[in-house]
Amino acid sequence: MSDKKPLSSVNDFVVRFANVNGSGSASANEMFARAILRHGVPVSPRNIFPSNIQGLPTWYEVRVTEDGHLGARGGVDMMVAMNPQTWDKDIAGIEPGGYLFYDSTKPMPSTKFRDDITVIGVPLTAITNSTYTDPRQRQLFKNIIYLGSLSALLDMDPKLIEQLIGEQYKGKEKLLSSNVHALHLGRDWALQNLKCPIGLRVKKTDKVGDRIFIEGNSAAALGAVYGGATVCAWYPITPSSSVAEAFTAHCKKYRHDPETGKAKYAIVQGEDELASIGIVIGASWNGARAFTATSGPGISLMTEFIGLSYFAEIPAVIMNIQRAGPSTGMPTRTQQCDIIACAYASHGDTKHVLLFPEDPAEAFEFAAAAFDLAERLQTTIFLMLDLDIGMNHRLCRPLKWDDAKQYDRGKVMTTEMLEEGRDFGRYLDVDGDGIPYRTYPGTHPTKGSYFTRGTSRDRYARYSEEGSVYADNMQRLVRKFETAQDLVPRPLQANAERPTKYGVIYFGSTSPAMDEAIGLLEARGHQLDRLRIRAFPFHSSVASFLAEHDFVYVVEQNRDAQLRQLIVNENGIDPVRLVPIVHYDGTPITARYIAKAIGDHQDHLKVTPLRKAVS
Amino acid sequence: MTYIAKPKFHHPGLKKNELGYTHRDYEGKISTLCAGCGHDSITASIIEACYELSIEPHRVAKISGIGCSSKTPDYFLGNSHGFNSVHGRMPSVLTGANLANRDLIYLGVSGDGDSASIGFGQFAHSIRRGVNMTYIVENNGVYGLTKGQFSATADRGSKSKKGVTNTDNAIDLVAIALQLGATFVARSFSGDKSQLVPLIAAAIGHKGASFIDVISPCIAFNNHAGSTKSFDYVREHNDAVNRLDVLVGRDPIAVDYAPGTVQVVEQHDGSKIALRKIDADYDPHDRLGAQTFLQKHAAKGQIVTGLLYVDPDAEDLHTHLNTVETPLNTMEADTLCPGSAALDKFNASLR
Ligand SMILES: Cc1ncc(C[n+]2csc(CCOP(=O)(O)OP(=O)(O)O)c2C)c(N)n1
Ligand code: SF4
Repeated sequence: MSDKKPLSSVNDFVVRFANVNGSGSASANEMFARAILRHGVPVSPRNIFPSNIQGLPTWYEVRVTEDGHLGARGGVDMMVAMNPQTWDKDIAGIEPGGYLFYDSTKPMPSTKFRDDITVIGVPLTAITNSTYTDPRQRQLFKNIIYLGSLSALLDMDPKLIEQLIGEQYKGKEKLLSSNVHALHLGRDWALQNLKCPIGLRVKKTDKVGDRIFIEGNSAAALGAVYGGATVCAWYPITPSSSVAEAFTAHCKKYRHDPETGKAKYAIVQGEDELASIGIVIGASWNGARAFTATSGPGISLMTEFIGLSYFAEIPAVIMNIQRAGPSTGMPTRTQQCDIIACAYASHGDTKHVLLFPEDPAEAFEFAAAAFDLAERLQTTIFLMLDLDIGMNHRLCRPLKWDDAKQYDRGKVMTTEMLEEGRDFGRYLDVDGDGIPYRTYPGTHPTKGSYFTRGTSRDRYARYSEEGSVYADNMQRLVRKFETAQDLVPRPLQANAERPTKYGVIYFGSTSPAMDEAIGLLEARGHQLDRLRIRAFPFHSSVASFLAEHDFVYVVEQNRDAQLRQLIVNENGIDPVRLVPIVHYDGTPITARYIAKAIGDHQDHLKVTPLRKAVS
Repeated sequence: MTYIAKPKFHHPGLKKNELGYTHRDYEGKISTLCAGCGHDSITASIIEACYELSIEPHRVAKISGIGCSSKTPDYFLGNSHGFNSVHGRMPSVLTGANLANRDLIYLGVSGDGDSASIGFGQFAHSIRRGVNMTYIVENNGVYGLTKGQFSATADRGSKSKKGVTNTDNAIDLVAIALQLGATFVARSFSGDKSQLVPLIAAAIGHKGASFIDVISPCIAFNNHAGSTKSFDYVREHNDAVNRLDVLVGRDPIAVDYAPGTVQVVEQHDGSKIALRKIDADYDPHDRLGAQTFLQKHAAKGQIVTGLLYVDPDAEDLHTHLNTVETPLNTMEADTLCPGSAALDKFNASLR
């Protein structure tokens, strides 16, 4: 008996799969998401996994969203409960009126269910055991069997799934046919024994368009390939390891000399993060484009070298795939919590360039651009991703490349220039933009060599601890950082339909949730202008945006409102006008969360309007 | 002070090498180290070796960490690019530089504090990767720059200048380098130029990880009685297994030693090392034997010097990574970028 009418929705619901790590469910679950995409319906999937390898719970959530909302929604409409360990919590997470799909081979007492949900049992183990004898086969095909049952329940076209299986097992006929067989085992059982379809349905449409489905880390790694990175040094850490792994795979595909089969790249798994950034700095000093990928703990270790890169002015690219800190924090949970650590990394007065891509497409573009920026500015560039974009597939516009593009190698003095008699001072500001010329080692027999060091030196790279010489250098570094403002990606502004005194600033992976939240807020009667920050140093339009609004919400995924701190610090602004909206439990921020937090604050402002003081 | 350059004046009568360079062309700035510091003698040996090999100075990249020893690259090869990186991290910086351009000669200079303590890991890993470099540790058993603390290579039982006895065991970098697979391993003494110069020259010619531990007394903090890294102590306890001469490829080998006492080792770059055996039984191709030999002599308080191990057919990191011959730092978008057509295909595979 159900207390609540079963949910009914076409192309707009959330399915969550609760599995046991190591059960081989990942590929079946991902196939489910891809199959929906093939129906022309956008999806936004998320891996939710603990920091362990075998046996513990994992979840995979697929938001089916005809409107194309790619942020997490929160709540579960259908739970595919395949993990007895998490059963109680999983059942509790289902929205009223939602559905529970489970393996009914062993009967469950009714107390294990809820009255306000629809329970759908399929004897998965029984079906599998009667078909397969091999234990591994039993485990793997069970996943395909539930995929088959779901396809019937959600009214999906089995041909589209067969097609996907065909692509996955191309050339492996035996695997292909056995997977298709398993799919139909599950599908036929559901069609014969259950009421199909249920209230949640997938209907073909054309809302996906030419968008691609890719993980941020893979896109960033490809950006490094396109951006001309030839040296990569890294040390394994979740959630960044897949950047280096993807870079390796992309290089194997694109970067081997066709004649000799030799590699036009070098990838070294360093012994730690110190070595990794050291290798990057050594390679960049010597004129190669080099990068490392890491996460918070790695950044902590790299800071001494980052200071060297800043002060000795050596290019470096660090991709920081953020996870929840501090310390080991929650290694497999997402946050945007390294803003301050990266912006001011290392001792002494330092400032670094940060790039904040919102999705894989921007991760690709910004990664490629990071190498130009690093060489142009001769400093460390941080590409700030997070687990939510890095390790999840996202629907995004196709990646684009302009074949006319040449790499910007920055100010490099060549043999010819030295021969012409050009004055070479390694730290000489010839153009007034704070950026000096450098030479690569080995350039000229008698001209242009210099000594690189983290110790103070004069404009001609001669060791000096003279106060005025040091200050002169530090001032030039400030000028250089100002130059950076106009070189980095600018913030993007979108205005509300009606003029408003309120604005919102956000960045990175918060983007899709923010876009959706704007709609929810408008429905509540709140109008907000929005500014998506894409880089630090902040462009002057950030200050203008702040000046134009009475209150600006700053939405971010960390406890201490780090971006807000940075804005306050760098713009000398009254902090009262910057309202922090923070989310930091390790799950991706949702539209519902943002809309509620901003909406409540706005309601409060409306109840007690700010009055001008009456004199 | 370091920023005082030496006068450029060249005496017309100075001897020139094959490239027409004189000794002066291999010098750097005036040293700021204490007068008599062992490190300055090593500087002189590096200058000598490069002069004799007729190396183009600007084709050398000299990289160091932090310490008195790490300052020395400023004092030789003034026309080379130098890099005084951070404490203990020379090996990673050098590795990266080497990956970027395999055509230069990489000279890593470090101290025992730099390499055996804070940088012990980086030392080990650069060796095991087989980075093509000459890695010289100027080993004085103390932290010179921070004024006399024991380093990890100080022998157990040896005394500091203040009279404190070291109770920790010492790390023998040569033993470690052998164990980690270095393909050229030597030990020498800063005061023995005739042994050190050819060792450096041979190491430069070696394709792979060459490691030379040079005992280099710190006259300010570690040259007293009770020290096992003082000039006197090393002179008294030095036990050389061989002396060598390096002959660049083209030179004919003049064997002017009694048969059986000279062994010629041909290296990858064509250079030849003529090893004059002092210890008739010592075989520098036997890694295991070298390890045992070292341990036996260390137990007797002897310091074994000479070329301790060499594998003339060594491979380097670039061979392991199968990288192209063209230096990576010379490649531009036309060779590196897969282009928009490949990207369109990639996009299509993600739908
Ligand atoms: C991270 C860090 N810790 C400590 C120091 C201080 N420091 C500078 S040189 C040095 C020791 C140098 O000893 P060694 O490498 O043996 O060289 P030497 O001066 O004896 O030639 C230390 C500890 C530093 N520069 N950086
Ligand atoms: S302190 Fe010691 S190591 Fe440093 S320069 Fe003086 S003698 Fe040399």
